[in-house]
Order: sequence, then structure tokens, then C-alpha cells
Amino acid sequence: MSATATPAPTDAVPTGEPGQVRPAGVEIHGAYKSYGTNRVLNGIDLTVQPGQIAVILGPSGSGKSTLLRAVNHLERLDLGHVSVSGELIGVRRQGDRLKELSERAILAQRARIGFVFQGFNLFPHLSVVDNIAAAPVATGRRSKAEARELALSLLERVGLADKADAYPRQLSGGQQQRVAIARALALEPGLILFDEPTSALDPELVGEVLAVIKDLATSGTTLIVVTHEIGFAREVADLVVFMDGGRIVEQGPPSEVLDNPQHPRTREFLSKVL
Amino acid sequence: MTEPSLSVSRQVEAPSSALTDHRPEPVPDTGPADTGPADAGPAPQRPLSAQRVIPLRHPGRWMATVVVLVLVAQFVHGLVSNPFYQWGRFQYWFLRPVILNGLVITLEVTALSAVIGLVGGVVLALARLSRSPILRAVSWTYVWLFRSVPLIVVLLILYNASALYKTLSLGVPFGPGFVHFNESSLATDLVVATLGLSLNEAAYASEVVRAGILSVDQGQHEAAASLGLPRGYQFTRIVLPQALRAIVPSYVNQLIGLIKGTSLVFYVSLLDLFGEVQNMGSTYPSDIVPLLLVATVWYVILTSVVSVAQFYVERYYSRGALRTVPPTPLQKLRTAVRGLRGRLEVIRTVNG
Repeated sequence: MSATATPAPTDAVPTGEPGQVRPAGVEIHGAYKSYGTNRVLNGIDLTVQPGQIAVILGPSGSGKSTLLRAVNHLERLDLGHVSVSGELIGVRRQGDRLKELSERAILAQRARIGFVFQGFNLFPHLSVVDNIAAAPVATGRRSKAEARELALSLLERVGLADKADAYPRQLSGGQQQRVAIARALALEPGLILFDEPTSALDPELVGEVLAVIKDLATSGTTLIVVTHEIGFAREVADLVVFMDGGRIVEQGPPSEVLDNPQHPRTREFLSKVL
Repeated sequence: MTEPSLSVSRQVEAPSSALTDHRPEPVPDTGPADTGPADAGPAPQRPLSAQRVIPLRHPGRWMATVVVLVLVAQFVHGLVSNPFYQWGRFQYWFLRPVILNGLVITLEVTALSAVIGLVGGVVLALARLSRSPILRAVSWTYVWLFRSVPLIVVLLILYNASALYKTLSLGVPFGPGFVHFNESSLATDLVVATLGLSLNEAAYASEVVRAGILSVDQGQHEAAASLGLPRGYQFTRIVLPQALRAIVPSYVNQLIGLIKGTSLVFYVSLLDLFGEVQNMGSTYPSDIVPLLLVATVWYVILTSVVSVAQFYVERYYSRGALRTVPPTPLQKLRTAVRGLRGRLEVIRTVNG
């Protein structure tokens, strides 16, 4: 696609037909990030296998969101690097140095990674269907008619087929978040990142959004979910990562991290959350 | 105890008929109350929960309204009857070709400066918001300079600039020029006027546009970036449409200032609407007041057209921002007529 020097061939370039996207693996190596004197990421190494569901837990300010945002280069790391499907994100290797990619190349990489925000961030001036169809059209992958068809089928998948022509502000929070998920799915991504997708929702509406994410979990797409929903983590996660103070304190399958935590900090956190 | 309950039941039967409220007590009241139950109307004694609440009356508001209406009527009467205004002469001048020619000049200068000023404003705003410190500084300095210098001074400097710069050349900066213009042939009065107004307008427009762009939530930029939308698409389709909601009211304000600001081009010997009025006024000194009224009315018409356009443009950009867009005057009228018809129906059924 662009001038990436990574030897491994990229496999995330979507083909014409939906449902043919291969899940993407994620590797994070030695990630450091500071805001001024505040070190938010303090040496993170994390590998998520293709098709895995990873849930990142941790107290506020532990760096979960920053880590997630680094995966699609919404945040620039001070040190370390991230690769998705073996392709470095936001940078390219030149000799033994890493150089930041052009904005165009970064945008092209992001267009293959779904991102769902805590605050939905739907485009309020576009109808629901236009919100979803925007990216496939703007990136030139699909014609307007095809993108609309794709958007309608995705809306059906998240249970909002009747809301196609509504505007985001006419929907409930849970419905907006489901539209946001459909918008991320329209990228036909091999990897979807969720940044506290249910934290801005009424308790009653959390279930409908989690149900959609659980449905995605069975589709084989790699998911990384930052959340406080421990029950959700227990039910669907393949990998639970507990972070605190910019480090990964503990990681493993839910049966280990959630039911038999080894680290006292994890135990303390879980005892408060549960 | 029957009296209060009767007066309440009156409210229920003819809720929107103000007439029944003021009818003398006994006769009409017993009428509806008697026939009421027969045509399935409400019984005189209803549970409290079924009663319509009588809205609070505002006598002070009504008195203030009457006072204001009297004052307005007095003013209008004076306007019509005072011979000082010479409405006959007003009529004579209002559609004179000489005035209309001036009006065309005003419209030309306004339209050109509005477009050039807005484009310049967008460029300046983007420069101000860019990551390059040089662009930011240049943009800031431009705005600072042109907001500091009075428009009339800018116009007069440009008017005299042909003396400062004899020729203009296109070519390599500081190097040889390829194309040369003789400025006196290039700088017609219209060009000088439009240029001066545009330079001034761009400075103000850039702040309006910048405020609009800043009003768009950071999450929108992030969402657009996370979807990998191309840069130009992000600005034109995501950020700008939302910014315009904040830009339109301020920019229209700016535009109305511009329309009236064009009256200054008279000083660079361009005969716009005001220039022609001034000109005719010195030729026919006795007509100066009606001539000024002609200018007033034309400027009012121009700004009114802009204000009406503003309503519809704002309505267009409020899609999605409001759960329901505000109704147009036509729609309001239709609702009002429908409401009136409904009331009439109620009165008709109550009166049998």
C-alpha cells in the first residue's frame, strides 16, 4: 500500500466482499508515553493473537485508554512501537530507526482498524446511514449505492434497521453506540478497539451494547475492549489484562486473572469493582 | 358553593373561547350547563383531575403592550403626516435610474467583497489553526493590523497607492518580473473599493470562521481521524458543516456591516447608493431628506433580504443538531390556521 519497510506482507487490505476480512493480531513493544511529567505508559508489552478478545481492566488513569489510542496512532508513543497484522502503525522502519508516516499513510492504516469511543462521537449533522457510509465512500472503497447497502445491512446486524434515516441526537445512548459500532464495522476491520463503550450509558442500556459486542466476538474479528464490565470480561474475554500506573500488572485468561488473581493490586481492584 | 364549580365547568366546555369568560353571569351560564349533559358534554361537577388549569393572567403585560402600541402609532402617524419628510419627493427618487445605478454598484461591491472576504477569512483561519508557527504568526498579524486600521483609512491608502507603487509585476520574488501592469489602468475605483473592503472583511471573517471551527467538539476530529477519512473530506464534510452552525449568525452580522460599510466607497469616488444620494443631495439641496430616506429604505431592504436568507441557512445547518428543526414562517402560519380552525370547531360544537 504505502512505503512501509516491514518485511511481513500485510493481510488487512479488505477485499471487495464483506466477511472476508482476516482477523488481525496486535503486538505492542516497549510502549512509553508521558504528558509533561506524568508518565501514562511505563513500558508496555502486549500481544493479542488474531481473533482473540482482549479485555483491558484497571483504575482510572492507569493508561488503558492511552494504550488503546496508541494502537491506531491517535496517540503518538514516546518510545516503543505497535504493529497490527505485522505492519508497524504510524511509523516505518528505516535502517534501525523509526520514522513517522505521512498523514495520508496513517489515515489509510486507521481505515482498517475500527475504533468505538466512550462518547460515541457520531457525526450529528449526518443521518445514521450516512454516518456509517461515510468512510467506505470517502476512502474510495465503495460506491455510494454499495456503501448504503452495506450500512443498511450493518444496521440490521446491530438491530437498528428502522433508524437508518434518523439523526444521532434522535436516538438513545445505547442506540447511538450501536450505530457507532456499525460505523466501525463499515471499515470491514480485522481489529476493533473499544474505549469504555458502555461507560456513558444508563445501566439499562449497557446490555444492548454488550450484546452487540458479544455477537462480534463470535465473528472471529480481533477485539480489544477497555471496560469496567467485569461480567462481560468473564463471559467473552480470551485474555484479560490488568493495568495500573502505566504498567501491565497481570494478564491471562479470565479464569486466572479474575478468579485467581496473583497480584495484590489486582485483588484489591477486583474486590472494589465486584 | 355552586358558583365556583359552575365557573370552572365553563372553562372546561369552551376552553379557548375568551367570549364566554366575559359574559354576564347567570343567563349564558345556565344555558350550556343545562344542555351540556344532553349532548354528552361534561357534567357540572367534575373531579379535579379532569379540570383544565386556568393559566395565570398578566395584567401588567397587557398594560405595557397598550402603552407601546400607542407610542408606535404616534410615531407612524408623525412619519406619515409630517411634511418635513416629503414623501412625494421620496416617491419621485426611489426608483430613479441614477439611484438604481448606485444600488447596483453597492450590490456589486458587497457581493465581491463578501465572497473574497470569506474565502480570505477561511484561509486566514486555517493558517491561524495550523501547526506552523510562521503561518500562525502571519495570520495573527494580518488580523491585528486590519482590525486596528479604520476602513476609511485603508480605502484612502489604497486609493493613493497608485502613487506609491507605479507598476505591479508577476514573477520571481525579489527577482525579475515577467508580466507588468500599469497600476493606474488596473486600479479602477471598483477594484480599489472591493480590495479595501475585502482586506478588511477577511480579517473579521477569519475570526468568525476560527470561532466556528473551535466550536466543533474534539471528539468529531478524533472520530473522523479514526475512520481514516481523507484530510480534505474531514474538513469539508465533517468539521465545516458543524462549524457553519456557529459561523452563520456571526457572519451574517458581519455581512450586514459590510453592506452598510460599502457606503464608505463614496470617498474613493465610487458612486454607490449612498454616493448617488449624496451627489443628488448637493445638486437638489431641498430634497436631501427624502434622498436620505431613499437610501435608508434601500439599505433596510437589503439587510432584510439577508436576514430572511439567514433564517433558512441556519435552519439548514441545524439538521441533526436539534431534535426538530424550527418551523418556517409558512409552517407556523399553517399551524396557526389549523389551531384556529380547531378552536372554531370547539365553539361551534359547544354552541350546538
